[in-house]
Formats: sequence, C-alpha cells, structure tokens
Amino acid sequence: MEPFRDVKSKLIPLDMINVDTDQIIPKQFLKLIQKSGYADFLFYDWRFDHSGNPKKGFFLNDPKYNERQVLLTRDNFGCGSSREHAVWALFDYGIRVVIASSFADIFYNNCFKKGLLPIYLSEDEIEYLFNVVNEKDPTVEINLPKQTVSLSEKEINFDIDSTRKKMLVEGIDEINFTLHFNDQILNYEKSSKIAEYNKYLI
Amino acid sequence: MQKTLFEKIWDNHAVIDNTLVENAHDTNGPSLIYIDRHLIHEVTSPQAFASLKQTGRKVRRPGLTIATADHNVSTENRSLPIVDQVSKRQLETLSNNCKEFGITIFDMSNPDQGIVHVIGPELGFTLPGTTIVCGDSHTSTHGAFGALAFGIGTSEVEHVLATQCIWMYKPKSFLIDVQGSLRKPHAISAKDIILHIIHKIGTNGGSGTVIEYKGKVISALSMEQRMTICNMSIEGGARAGLIAPDETTFKYLRGRRYSPKESELDRLIEFWKSNLKSDLNAKFDRVETIEIDRLAPQVTWGTNPSMVVDVTDSVPSPEEFADGDENKMKLAIRALEYMNLEAGTPITDLHVDRVFIGSCTNSRLEDLIEASMVVKGRKVSTKVRAMIVPGSQKVKLEAEKLGLDRIFKDSGFEWRESGCSMCLGMNPDILSPGERCASTSNRNFEGRQGAGGRTHLVSPIMAAACAIEGHFVDVRDWL
Ligand code: SF4
Repeated sequence: MEPFRDVKSKLIPLDMINVDTDQIIPKQFLKLIQKSGYADFLFYDWRFDHSGNPKKGFFLNDPKYNERQVLLTRDNFGCGSSREHAVWALFDYGIRVVIASSFADIFYNNCFKKGLLPIYLSEDEIEYLFNVVNEKDPTVEINLPKQTVSLSEKEINFDIDSTRKKMLVEGIDEINFTLHFNDQILNYEKSSKIAEYNKYLI
Repeated sequence: MQKTLFEKIWDNHAVIDNTLVENAHDTNGPSLIYIDRHLIHEVTSPQAFASLKQTGRKVRRPGLTIATADHNVSTENRSLPIVDQVSKRQLETLSNNCKEFGITIFDMSNPDQGIVHVIGPELGFTLPGTTIVCGDSHTSTHGAFGALAFGIGTSEVEHVLATQCIWMYKPKSFLIDVQGSLRKPHAISAKDIILHIIHKIGTNGGSGTVIEYKGKVISALSMEQRMTICNMSIEGGARAGLIAPDETTFKYLRGRRYSPKESELDRLIEFWKSNLKSDLNAKFDRVETIEIDRLAPQVTWGTNPSMVVDVTDSVPSPEEFADGDENKMKLAIRALEYMNLEAGTPITDLHVDRVFIGSCTNSRLEDLIEASMVVKGRKVSTKVRAMIVPGSQKVKLEAEKLGLDRIFKDSGFEWRESGCSMCLGMNPDILSPGERCASTSNRNFEGRQGAGGRTHLVSPIMAAACAIEGHFVDVRDWL
C-alpha cells in the first residue's frame, strides 16, 4: 500500500445520511477480477440515467468537482454490503479522504486497506463544514500525522487510533506485518484453546 | 470474572490481545484473532487470490476454507452454458483458484452448491464457539449457532487465506432481550421480529457491537428462524449477531458432513453446554428489551431496512418518520419519491409487479414450507411475476421431495435453481426500472434488485400472499 500523503483540496459535499455501498458501486460492476478500474462506476446509478447519459445536477457530473479529493458526507456512510469495491471506486476516482459523522464498521475497516482516510467528526463539525462549503467553498488541508483538518479560519482535530494511523502513514503491508507474529500463531495452533473446535478439518 | 458469550469466544481466539509489539501500551489497538472457518465466493475473492499469487504467498490452512459459487450464478437450467461471459470468467477464476490452492469448492455442478450462508450450516461447517468469516456482510447468519461470525472485505479475505487470522478491534456487546410471545406463530415469523428490531434500533443502532439475542421467543425458534434473525443483524449496523447454542442447535448439527462424529460430538456438546453462554451477571455495554406480543406482519416502505411499518398501517409522512431530525426528513422525502409512494396510502393498497422468495435471509426449507401453506390451491395474480429461488441445491431437493415445487408451479410461481439471484441481481434476475417487488431478502436500498426497482422487504408468508392477491395483505386473516 502507498503511504498516505497530506491532502489539500476543496470538498465534495454529499449531503445525505446512510449512503450505502450499493450506491457507491452498484452490483453490476462487481464482476471484475482486478482491484482497479472502478472510477467510472462510482455512484453509477446516481450519476447516469437508464440509457447511460450523465444526469444533470449530480455532483460527479459537475466539472467544478473534478480533481477534488475529499468527500464530505453524514451519518453511517458505507453501510450495507461488505464490498471493498466501494473503497476501490472512491480511491480510483481520486478521493483520498472521506469525512462523515459516522461510518459503517466494515467500510471503515476496508478504507485502511487501500490507503483511503476516513475521518469522523461530531455532527456540529460536519454541519459547520457543510455551511462553509456552501458559502465559501474553501480549500482544506488534511494532515494525518497531526490529525487535523485545517481551514483558513479554523483547525479541527480528528481521532484515529494509533495502529491504523501508523499503517496509513507508513503504508504498511498488513500481511507482512502479521507474519512477524508467526510464532505466536503457531503456538496458538498448538495450544489447547483450538482443540475443541477445529481439529476436524486440517 | 463474569463474561458474555461474545467475550468467551473472543478470549478463546485471541492470538494476541490488544497489542502491537512496539505499542504494547495501546490497549485500544486491534487484537489478532484466529479464524476457524472461512467461506469464500466468486465475487469478493478473485482479487485476494491474485494478490496472493503476486506476492508468492500460500494459503496457510486450506482445510479451513470452503468455497461456493452463488452471487452471480444463473438460476435457470444448469445444463445450459453460461451466457454472461463476465460472470463466467469470475466463476472460472474461483474454480481455478480453489484448485491451485487446494480449497474445497461447491460449484455449480455440485449437489451441495448454494448460497454461502445457507450451505455453511447445512454442511455442518458452521459450529458453535467458532470464529467464522466471509467476504460478505451477511456472515452474521452463522451467529445463530453461537459462533462469532462477521463479514470482511477482500483484503481481509487475502489476510485470512495467508495467515488464518485477522486484526480486529474488540466490538462492544449489545444484548437484545426479546419479550412476549407470538400470537399467530405461523403468520408472524422471525423475519417480522428482526424487521421490527431494526425499526426500533435504526440502521446504525448496533454499530460497533455484537448483538446477542435472548429471551423465550428466541429459544423457541428453530435454527432456520434463528438464522433469519442473526442474518439481518448487519441491517441494524452490528458486526455480528449471536444466539447461545442449546438443544435445538445440537440436534441440528448431528449427521452433517463436516460435523464431528457422534461420540466426539457428544463430548463437545457437554463442553459447549457449560461454556457457550453468557454468565448470569455478565455486563453488556448496552441492553434493550423488545416487545413482540402484538407484533403484526412487517413491511418496509422505504429505501433502508429501518423504514418499516405494520401491514395494517399506512405509508408514513416524512414528518412522522423523521421525528424532528432534518437529515432523516430528507431521507424520507427521497425514499418516498424513489419508491413512488404517497404518505397516507394504506400498505394493503400497494400493488406489486414481482415477488421474490429467496436469499440467505429466507430461502431455507422452512421458509418454503411456510410460503407453500398460503399458496396451496391458490393462483398467483395475473399481474404478478413470482419466483422461488431455494437457498441451496439441497433445499431444492428436499422441497421437491415434499412436493413443494408442484404446489408452487401449479399456482404459477417460477421454481428456480439455487443462488443469490434477485437479492442483489448480479445475475439476470433483476427488477426493471419502476417495478415494485415484495421480497424476502434483506436490503431495500435504491437499485439493489435492479436500477430503478422498488423493494419491499417481507416474510416468506407475506410475499406468498402478496403474489396471490397482487397487493399486500394481512396474512393473519389467512392462517
Ligand atoms: S443472498 Fe443476498 S445477502 Fe445473501 S449472500 Fe447472497 S447477495 Fe448476499
């Protein structure tokens, strides 16, 4: 995984709660067998009509939002299906940070595997951000080591646990990391804890 | 110390608890959890295998993973060649990967093929006290056996293949005590109970938690009904659902392909009986009591599974739904527009074009038996196209032995081969734009069953009755 670099960008506002992964990437695009090439399918059913023409008024069809790297949204983003394709599609499109008041667990987890940074803020902070986007459309700066979202007049701190932060900042390959603990895994496999359950299939 | 069932399973599987070597003080860090059972399917595994190959890694314990082809398989005649070339490639990729890495696969030609969460239990692969993962959010289904079972993403599928473990932040525990008793046990099913629970707690009410369901109502449910409950825990935002194993569970396990042999099983059952339950005074992070005494058949009206009403009610207004919350208000307005519904319309006035009975929520033998009870001797409305998709080839075979296929076909239902089918519409079984469907699946998101399709989630009995009448009805009057 590529290490996460600081991001400077204007925001893409998606003013909605409960955006589910079926919307982020509809099922018809889950048939591919590779991890990239999903940018064109991001929010497909909201972006294109039934004959495949861009729908007016949807933000991804507005050139103003091209090249922006930060998505601003609300509660329970990424709920529903566990498809990691949702993260891949956002990432392929160029989005590097999603700011929301909460995320669905599996989606949140999946973000870190690709190097997408999910930031959760309080409802008030989210409200504030929506307001400034509508008024001034400012550029924000996201600094992961410092855990800040900065605007010219304000700096907002965000929480992230230290392990996940380290993974992103250093772009650590999780499997390699886990394999450092191979001895512990072997010990576990030999221990009595496992005996009651899965010696039937080896 | 008094522990919850979830904590017991967690403790028993923590290879490393709450630590990073260079960060041992970080008690909020993830733990390394050993995985006993891994299920894979064609959609979320190809990238995991590709990456294993790229890095030259092996599958650590091939015997702990099984595979099935379910998400995009055709539910029509299996002897015909697959028309969709992209699906075909995905299915072939799965078969090749399994062959290369030595993983058992139940593919389209296998008599044990079926939806991953239907065949896991059916094969006895799902056992109490185990940890079970699958690249699919409805892995929570297996929690019905007292297993800690949850969905993971593709990178984690790869991680489990390579290490047989995953890093996990310890979820919180949430106890839902289901009180009361069902007045019309046939007309009101496990599906109605879980829809009602989601309505009460909301789509992210269970966020960050493992829900344990208990109460007399839960104990009285069959394994298949318990699976329906645990299956939709994810719709309430939870990582997993859990029901402590009991005699019903143990009985279910006997004689299944991967279940331990009799004498071994008896010994294990003794162990499970004394170990796999929450201690009397165990502390949960959250407790809710849900009353189901007067529960009516439930129907979703909107575009998320918490938008639920009684069949005897009307489509709510955005104000009623939002209860002062502006964001929920917007959501409800959008949902009504998408669903093409007007507030105040009685639910029983809603006409459907399609009926789908299937999915890992409701496609097991009991579901089909229940549906057949209301279908028998009646005809599907001429305005409705109705479809039954058994959850597995075994369910299909057993149903056919009972003559259910005849009952359904005689009344005008299509009787299909097993798979996910119209639950997510990755195969040709989809709704056309604007079509309205009564579905026994688990998600009513926009476009879930086909772009522009309108989904109402219901129980198998409700779906069956809806097919006959062409609109929603209070099935309590029928049974
Ligand atoms: S039936 Fe639906 S919910 Fe279940 S595994 Fe298949 S697609 Fe997922």
